[in-house]
Amino acid sequence: MQRTMMDFWVGLFVMAGIGALLILGLKVGNLTDFQTDKSYVLVGNFENIGGLKVRAPVKSAGVVVGRVTDIQFDVQTYDAVVTMKVDTRYRFPKDTFASILTSGLLGEQYIGLLPGGDEEMLADGEKIMKTNSAIVLEEMIGRFLFDKASEKKNLDPEI
Amino acid sequence: MLLVLLKSVPGFLRFRLITREIYYAGVMSLIIILVSGLFVGMVLGLQGYETLQKFGSESAVGTLVALSLVRELGPVIAALLFASRAGSAMTAEIGLMKATEQLAAMGMMAVDPIARIVAPRFWGGVFSMPLLAAMFSVMGVFGGYLVTVIFIGVDEGSFWSQMQSSVDFRYDIVNGVIKSCFFGVVVTAIAVFEGFDAPPTAEGVSGATTRTVVTSALAILGLDFVLTAFMFRGVS
Repeated sequence: MQRTMMDFWVGLFVMAGIGALLILGLKVGNLTDFQTDKSYVLVGNFENIGGLKVRAPVKSAGVVVGRVTDIQFDVQTYDAVVTMKVDTRYRFPKDTFASILTSGLLGEQYIGLLPGGDEEMLADGEKIMKTNSAIVLEEMIGRFLFDKASEKKNLDPEI
Repeated sequence: MLLVLLKSVPGFLRFRLITREIYYAGVMSLIIILVSGLFVGMVLGLQGYETLQKFGSESAVGTLVALSLVRELGPVIAALLFASRAGSAMTAEIGLMKATEQLAAMGMMAVDPIARIVAPRFWGGVFSMPLLAAMFSVMGVFGGYLVTVIFIGVDEGSFWSQMQSSVDFRYDIVNGVIKSCFFGVVVTAIAVFEGFDAPPTAEGVSGATTRTVVTSALAILGLDFVLTAFMFRGVS
């Protein structure tokens, strides 16, 4: 084995190793953005987003039409502001209903878009007015127990 | 033994010798590391999908593959492969040098065999190990991606997003790299010591090679438990 060839391979090996470390790091840093096709931005305010994460899918009728790009907390309204990128091929009416849904019982959460009947379409950067929060299991159980308790009180008022 | 090695750190000045050892220990182990990483990732993807699918959370398969590879399997399996591929070769080489009295001849020429033979191999192995482990993990994640996203059809976005949101750079990746550094030191130290300590006969060399593989495998697995206990205790 020639000296220069060996040096070349060692250099390549070290580069590949550092490259591998870089890939591992970038996958966490979330710098990769492989959604390069044309898209427009929609914003929605949600009271509670549950376990929604950045890069979660945006679906309409079960078809993935976009991705969540950013989640922020608004200190003015105390809402979660979810920014999503939607493919330009899909336009939605102004009165589209956005809700946070869960796939399966314990699955990932995504945004479901239910189109309304408005003539006008949502433009780039526009806000979706009608939103529905994620279902939080604890709240639901709490409400259920509360309802049960008040039901009982109504049934026998004498006691 | 380690003290002797530390004394011969001036062997660092012989950079050429170290690159030569990185070539033999690291570059030549690339194929086995990359191919087995790919297959380990693919198996993890398949098995993880089978189990997670029962709970309807098959998109968490990305998290499963990435976390288990970066934290445990990457460093451990890469180190095991490295011990059997490069460590045994190191032991056999040094043992044979001793058996054919090349080491004694070096001593006669006032060349310190530890600085000339042992130290470059040690540092070459220590340097190659984390790089190999990182490549193993990357190939594994790619294999998992290949099986779950391309073949089975798990949603690509949630595969990556769940992985990204659950893999932490400091806790998972840096700890994995630290682990593989430890393994690199342990494996090459055992290999070099066994070679240097081998009885200068054919049986002695073969016995030393066997001992290298067995001892390093045990040391890797034991040390992995200790390191994991220290690193991830109380973390998620």
